[in-house]
Amino acid sequence: MTARSAQRPARGRSGLIRRLTGGWNADERTIGLAGHTRLHGELPAIRNRQASRLDLIEQVNAAGLTGRGGAAFPTATKMRAVAARRGSAVLVANGLEGEPLSRKDQILLSRSPHLVLDGIELAAVAVGATTAHLCLPQHRTWLEEIVTEAIAQRQHERADTVPVEVRQVPDRYVSSEETALVHWLNGGLATPTATPPRPFERGVGRRPTLVANLETLAHIALIGRHGATWFRETGTADAPGTMLTTVAGAVAEPGVYEIAGGTKIGTLLAAARTHSRAGAVLVGGYSGSWHPISQIASLPYTKSQLARAGAAPGPGILFALAPGACGIAETARILRYLADGSAGQCGPCMFGLPAIARDLSELADGRATDDPLGRLRRRFRQIAGRGACRLPDGAVRMAESALSSFAADARAHARSLPCLAARDEEARS
Amino acid sequence: MRRIEVDPIACTGHGVCAELLPEVIQLDEWGFPILAESVPVHLEGLARRAVGVCPTLALRLTRPAASPAARR
Repeated sequence: MTARSAQRPARGRSGLIRRLTGGWNADERTIGLAGHTRLHGELPAIRNRQASRLDLIEQVNAAGLTGRGGAAFPTATKMRAVAARRGSAVLVANGLEGEPLSRKDQILLSRSPHLVLDGIELAAVAVGATTAHLCLPQHRTWLEEIVTEAIAQRQHERADTVPVEVRQVPDRYVSSEETALVHWLNGGLATPTATPPRPFERGVGRRPTLVANLETLAHIALIGRHGATWFRETGTADAPGTMLTTVAGAVAEPGVYEIAGGTKIGTLLAAARTHSRAGAVLVGGYSGSWHPISQIASLPYTKSQLARAGAAPGPGILFALAPGACGIAETARILRYLADGSAGQCGPCMFGLPAIARDLSELADGRATDDPLGRLRRRFRQIAGRGACRLPDGAVRMAESALSSFAADARAHARSLPCLAARDEEARS
Repeated sequence: MRRIEVDPIACTGHGVCAELLPEVIQLDEWGFPILAESVPVHLEGLARRAVGVCPTLALRLTRPAASPAARR
């Protein structure tokens, strides 16, 4: 049994549109260099001349590409900031994918490694980087093997100008944060740093550093070939192009889906054949938020539209809660995970997350005492916004959304009564 | 008006700052500082002492905002 089948990565699928997912099929094979060139065409030669470097950044800007790692920051702005600085830069391709529910980056890299590697080459040359680090989680050896093989193919047949070094990074929740990655690459721990300078000013080896998500780089690979107008031919003005999403939980067809910007959450849930009685969905991953499906299905999965519901896309994750599952118990488990993932650097996070994880656990077990909901809300206020990174903020937002979306269950558990979902399932059986 | 800010990584929750300046700095239930929006002018001296006395040098006092009130 190979390492890869032992991991059993989720099926990648392009239920709705095929750009990054072009060539993906049921046999889940890695697309080799020849197949990649047949599918997408030759890598455009962007020579190390000022004009063609700036032209790519201009194309990325006109395309309206935003980061696909979760923060959705305008990619061209980041690229310009690094390109503008003197001295040779560094490119960090962020393949850590810290969100446990997310599969898109590992599946993208395992099926279409050359799309990501093309993006690394184009982006690196555009910002003046002479080194690239492709960062992967330490334990994911099956993925490291695929990437190493792809790089070897390119060395044999191509003229990539920027050497790519594959780095295996300790896999904690916070490792995928930009400053944590730079910190580790500089010989420190994979923990976020609070003090300036920011990576684009002085990052790896004190050089201007562009940190980019793997999917973002893959989009750059296609924008470099087909241009900004092509990119905007799908999606909406506000959310141009496509994005990869992971759909999981109470769905008959979990996996990675590529959607056009502006696709409604309900459409995506239907494509994955979500259980008809699933009531709630976690949007954006462990640091996202819970919403009743009835309230959020009609919203497009975009930054601006989700903001209206107090949600954010994150790295494109939908997790449908099974009917009969207790949302409070799920939230307690997730909080436990996030608490364990704390870098342990900032008091409010290091002490606050385990405290609210315990609170939710007791609540789920019907063991909570002394106004548990009031205590939770007080603790939320003491935790959010008081750490060096966004982990505590995400945890609090997710927990708050649980108390809101599962309000009846929370009240029932606070009185040591079973939640409505459990009572419903009991009645059905 | 000036603000007092904390580096959350450097701070280890000694709490000396809150003892000196309770009007501006409260401690959360785990002993870490919750800082008020701004430092009243008459407390700036104490605020500077709080910054200096922090064992991990986690505090800093920001420059006053450039406003007519500040220039008075």
